[in-house]
Parts: sequence; C-alpha cells; structure tokens
Amino acid sequence: MTWKVEVDGDACIGSGMCASLLPSAFTLDGAVARAVSDTVEPDETVLDAADSCPAMAITVRDGAEVVGPRP
Amino acid sequence: MTTAHTEPLAYPFNEEAGLAVNAAYAAAREAAGMIRVRMPHGDPAWLATRYADARLVLGDRRFSRALAQESDEPRMSEYRRPGGILGMDPPDHTRLRTLVAKAFTARRVEELRPRVARLAQDLIDELREHGQPADLVDLYALPIPVAVICELLGVPVTDRPQFREWSDAALSSTRLTAEESDRSRAELRAYMAGLIAEHRAQPQDDLMTALIEARDVRDRLTELELVDLCVGILVAGHETTASQIPNFVYALLDQREYWDRLCADPALIPTAVEELLRFVPLGAGANFARYATEDVEVGEVLVRKGEPVLVAIGAANRDRLQFSGSDQLVLDRDDNHHLGFGHGVHHCLGAPLARLELQEALRALTREMPGLRLAGDIEWKTQMLVRGPRSMPIGW
Repeated sequence: MTWKVEVDGDACIGSGMCASLLPSAFTLDGAVARAVSDTVEPDETVLDAADSCPAMAITVRDGAEVVGPRP
Repeated sequence: MTTAHTEPLAYPFNEEAGLAVNAAYAAAREAAGMIRVRMPHGDPAWLATRYADARLVLGDRRFSRALAQESDEPRMSEYRRPGGILGMDPPDHTRLRTLVAKAFTARRVEELRPRVARLAQDLIDELREHGQPADLVDLYALPIPVAVICELLGVPVTDRPQFREWSDAALSSTRLTAEESDRSRAELRAYMAGLIAEHRAQPQDDLMTALIEARDVRDRLTELELVDLCVGILVAGHETTASQIPNFVYALLDQREYWDRLCADPALIPTAVEELLRFVPLGAGANFARYATEDVEVGEVLVRKGEPVLVAIGAANRDRLQFSGSDQLVLDRDDNHHLGFGHGVHHCLGAPLARLELQEALRALTREMPGLRLAGDIEWKTQMLVRGPRSMPIGW
C-alpha cells in the first residue's frame, strides 16, 4: 500500500523544510515545493515533513484517510 | 572550477551601528566563485553571498550543523556556544522540531492576531501617557514579542527584567568572557528548570506543558533537551522581533517617503514586511557555519568534505539575479522569496509568529503615529549576533 502526497502550491512558502528533510519525496526547483511523485512508500519521514511544514501545505493520505500532518 | 585557497579575508565585514550592507559583500557576490574568510576564532571558511548558493548550502542535507559542533566552528569569541536545536541534523533535529512545529504554524498563529493588535494599541496608549521623547525599543518593540512568547510558552511576563539580561548574554558575541557566558547560561537553565517543575506539578494550557507531556508520557526528548528547547524558544522568540521592529522603523524613516506611503496605504503592510525582512540585514555577520559531509560544488567552487561554509543571508537577499532593484526598498514587491528566516530544516520556527507581530506592530504605529520621527541619537547594539537599536528615542 502506498501513500498519496500532495503539496498545496498556494499555501507553500518555499521554506525548503520538506525538500531538505526528504529530497527523494519533495523538491524545491522553483519558488514553491512539489512532490517528486504522487505516491510514496509509507515512511515516517514523510509524516515528519508534513508535521514540520510551517505552512501546513503537505497532505499525506493512506487511501481516503489523512495520515499526515498528524493531529 | 576554483579549488585554490587564497589568504582568507578577516570577517565579519560589517560595522555594527546602522543597517548598511558592507561593500565587500557586493564585491564577493559579483566575483566568480566564493571567497575565503576567517573569523576571530575557528576554521577559515567559504562565504556564500549569492542567493542560489545560499539556498543550496542552507537547504542541502550534505551540509551539516551537527558536524560544526565537533569541529573548530568559525566564531567571534573563544567561547563555544552550545548548539541546541540549531546544532543538530535530521533525524535528531526532526524529533525536536516536530514537537514544537504545530504551535507555530501559520494557521495556529493567526488566532493570536487580535490579541497582538490589541497589545500594540495598548502600548501606544502607554507611549502617549509617557510623553515625548520615548524609547521605541523598551516601551514598544520589546514588550510585544515578550508578552506573546511568554504567554505561548508559559513564562511569567513579570520576570522579563530577569531574563532580558540572560537573553542578551545568550546572543552576545564578544561582550562576555567564557565564564560569564557559561554562568549566565546556567542561571537561565536553572530558571527554566524551576518553571518546568511548576508546570509538572500544575499543568497549564501552554507549550511548556505540551513539551513536558512529550517527555514524561511519550519519552520523545531528554530533560536537558526539554530545558534547552524552552530556553531557545524564549530567547529566539523575542530578541529577533524586538530588534526588527525598530530596524524596520529606522529603514522606513531613513527615506521618509516610505514611511509616509505606508501610513497612507496600510494595505501594503504584508508585502512591506516581507520586503523589510529581505532588505534589513539582521545578522551582524554570517554565523552558524555549515560543514560539508562530502565534496559539494557551490557557486563553481568545490567545497571539500569537512570544510565549513558561512552563509551571508543579508548579502544573498540583495542578489540582483534574484531581486530586481535589489538595493532598493520596494514596498509592494511580489514573489519575494527572501531568506530572512533562513531556509531548509532550520528555517525559523517562529517565522509565522514573527511575521504577524511585525505586521501588527507596524500597522498600529503607522495608524496611530503617522508623524513619528527620531527624537535623539540611536544607541546601537554592539558585540551581539543581531543588529538593531538598543534604544531609539522617538517623538510623534
């Protein structure tokens, strides 16, 4: 089962937090970050990135359920 | 590609009074490669001055802050400042950062806006009662962030005179001896440990209580990490904003039409704050060197594994390849992706809060005191990591 990762480009402030934390999943090649691929293998660090984002711009879903950011 | 090491330049370049960016930064930025610099203590380092280079070094995992702790890190005094969370790399850094990140997200912080706006208005009423001239730093710029961070963290605001001294010491670069720095740090830690004990006995609805729970219930951090995280949030949570409020006013008054324009058009405040964060060089010089964990090419220079790079954020924020009219203040500049809050995993935790405080502080001042002017000589901070007025007499 893979997770679905989305970065809200309107909310993103380009802090570089996610791309520094997990460059395999996030990239900051322009002003704002984007997910390298829509899906990732379940990985705690993806949730850490969603938790750490100052703009709360990252959403991680397992199927229909939002698993990140954690409450 | 340049790999030859030439004789390093003495660093930092900047005079401490005022907010000018030393011409040596522009020279380094326009030249090929990166220059070598040497601070009074520690290893010589590369100096990154271009926007793209700065963003690479701050954002790339091949550059480490943890390695700086084990190295002879470039610094102002012989004293080695304990790194705290800024001396860590992921995953250790992530473990602590995620514990506090939620308290400072833009959404959470936005709830504080009415409270901060009211606080600013109350302080202006008190300024009027005090009469002219009045010190903008002591009566306005400090009380706003101090009140907010104390409330958020769970520190009694009445202790402000006590921790102002400790927090000054924590950010001093050369003013104190190593013994004085250690003693001050020990006192601040003991003070915080006392507050943590009180919160343990009597939990409150604040960040300190949440962090205590993260330790006691979930074992996510050590007792010393808990103490130092609270100390770090208290110090970083007010000194920087307290410096930037008078810095911003100073920069706006320096060319009065900017101040007048902001008074006439308060809708400009959000973009003006971003522009001032870009334009005003808060750091007294580049600090907190990043050490390469492998060979990395930066700005056509091969930085070898184990070499440090200092990032001059104030210079990168004036890079004309990134910002058109980079030496001008453009209050309505858009697409302003400045590095005023840093970049990468150490991007300022309190950025959304600082932004909100700066906006509300300027909003209230421009609304209530459009005639604001300097009413005496500014006394500038010296021997500190951040630049800014220590006192700034104003009239209105």
